[in-house]
Amino acid sequence: MTEPMVRIWNLHKSYGRNAVLKGIDLEVSSGEVVVIIGPSGSGKSTLLSCINFLEPFEAGSVKVDGEYVGFGPERDGVRVRLPERQLDRLRTRIGIVFQQFNLFPHMTVLENLIEAPVHVKREPREQAVARARALLGRVGLAAKETAYPGQLSGGQQQRVAIARALCMDPKVMLFDEVTSALDPELVGEVLNVMRDLARDGMTMIAVTHEMAFARDVADRVVFMDGGVIVEQGTPEQIFGAPREARTRAFLRKFLEQGDGHGPAGAPEPSPTSDFVPFPRFLEGTAGA
Amino acid sequence: MDFDLSIFLASLPALLDGAGTTAKLAFVSIALGLCVGIAGGLARVSPLRPLNWLAAGYVTMIRGVPMLVTLLFLYYGLPSAGIQLSAFMVGVLALALTNGAYVTEIVRAGIQSVDLGQMRAARSLGMSYPQAMRRIILPQALRRVLPPITNESITLLKNTALVSTIALTDLLRAGLEVMTWQANTFSPFAGVALFYLVMTLPLMAVTRRLERRYRIA
Repeated sequence: MTEPMVRIWNLHKSYGRNAVLKGIDLEVSSGEVVVIIGPSGSGKSTLLSCINFLEPFEAGSVKVDGEYVGFGPERDGVRVRLPERQLDRLRTRIGIVFQQFNLFPHMTVLENLIEAPVHVKREPREQAVARARALLGRVGLAAKETAYPGQLSGGQQQRVAIARALCMDPKVMLFDEVTSALDPELVGEVLNVMRDLARDGMTMIAVTHEMAFARDVADRVVFMDGGVIVEQGTPEQIFGAPREARTRAFLRKFLEQGDGHGPAGAPEPSPTSDFVPFPRFLEGTAGA
Repeated sequence: MDFDLSIFLASLPALLDGAGTTAKLAFVSIALGLCVGIAGGLARVSPLRPLNWLAAGYVTMIRGVPMLVTLLFLYYGLPSAGIQLSAFMVGVLALALTNGAYVTEIVRAGIQSVDLGQMRAARSLGMSYPQAMRRIILPQALRRVLPPITNESITLLKNTALVSTIALTDLLRAGLEVMTWQANTFSPFAGVALFYLVMTLPLMAVTRRLERRYRIA
């Protein structure tokens, strides 16, 4: 059996006395697209941050591409903190895109893309520039390479951020609510880039509230609540026939909130029919 | 006492001489103070606690003592500690240490004003902490703090007048000497004020240019 691309077991994380992750087990295979959904505060984003150790965790282990992240294997209940340099090297293989873009505002778009390849991976500049241009073309921003992030729309900035992460040639991409800070009309262009990426076989873990995206693109949907994985399965199973009451409650609530004028007592997603729970979200994305 | 043009003109060569010393003193101290301040600011936000405390102690001490006292303390104190420095070097030391403390706080505030997401993004791309600081955080922080750093530099330039209390003929001391020879206060002092004013102008011009150049971000 081949090692999964990402392997998380028994992961615990708290902020002070507030436990955010209470024992997460998750495996993601190479090429798999996993979408994590759940109410805010359920620990989804924290889980992503633990995968590349932007947030340290108290217990459990994370392995990416066969290597331990942050802490080595537990021996006799003692964890060894791995050297920072090893972590830095591993992070070059884990791309992450943030809700707030976090582009470097003092650099042009092209400089944002080649910064890490040139200064972290010590790649020849010309080679990095060539790949950066190809990636900018792929996300539809070839004409913007000399622009500064502040001169771009939110959707454009987020596409640059995706290209910046891809420019490191990562093995896995993490998406942390990447469309949540965007104006509604700009969401589609970012999701299209992600769809494209998924089609190309990139291993992806995406935290999102875009249920239509989850339904169309995910190989597996993971529902988190209260710091644990409540339920996971194919999109058909999670959206069409959720087993857990909490999942049903979340999906129902989400329907009401997502659709301002929706009926107060929206019907529960029926476990039997091919009932479509989110007609509004599916509109406009069908042809994308 | 009236303004006397001939005394004013006669005092100019001596004042120019003093202004040269003041300019040299200011230039070296500003450069050194900036280095101290950037190092201090980095220490203030460093995850290494001892560095934090060191920088905080330094800032507290310098800010709590009048600069004239720091200057005289070094001027009279260092020799008794067996360290012989020229009056010029003592002046540079006092000015740079004082300026460095204020710049430390300015740089700390600048670094902390940069969104946390910038550090997360830099680290997620595999940059080490020092690399992220140097390439991502500091360039943004320093751009933002150019105006307050200019202010500090101008303050330093004017604080150089304090070295007239030690054996150093700066602009103010030159003016005082001319005043004694000529038995006229107003005319040479008009020159002294004018020279200080003129010297602050290039500082402001340089900053204006830097600010224009780095307007983005």
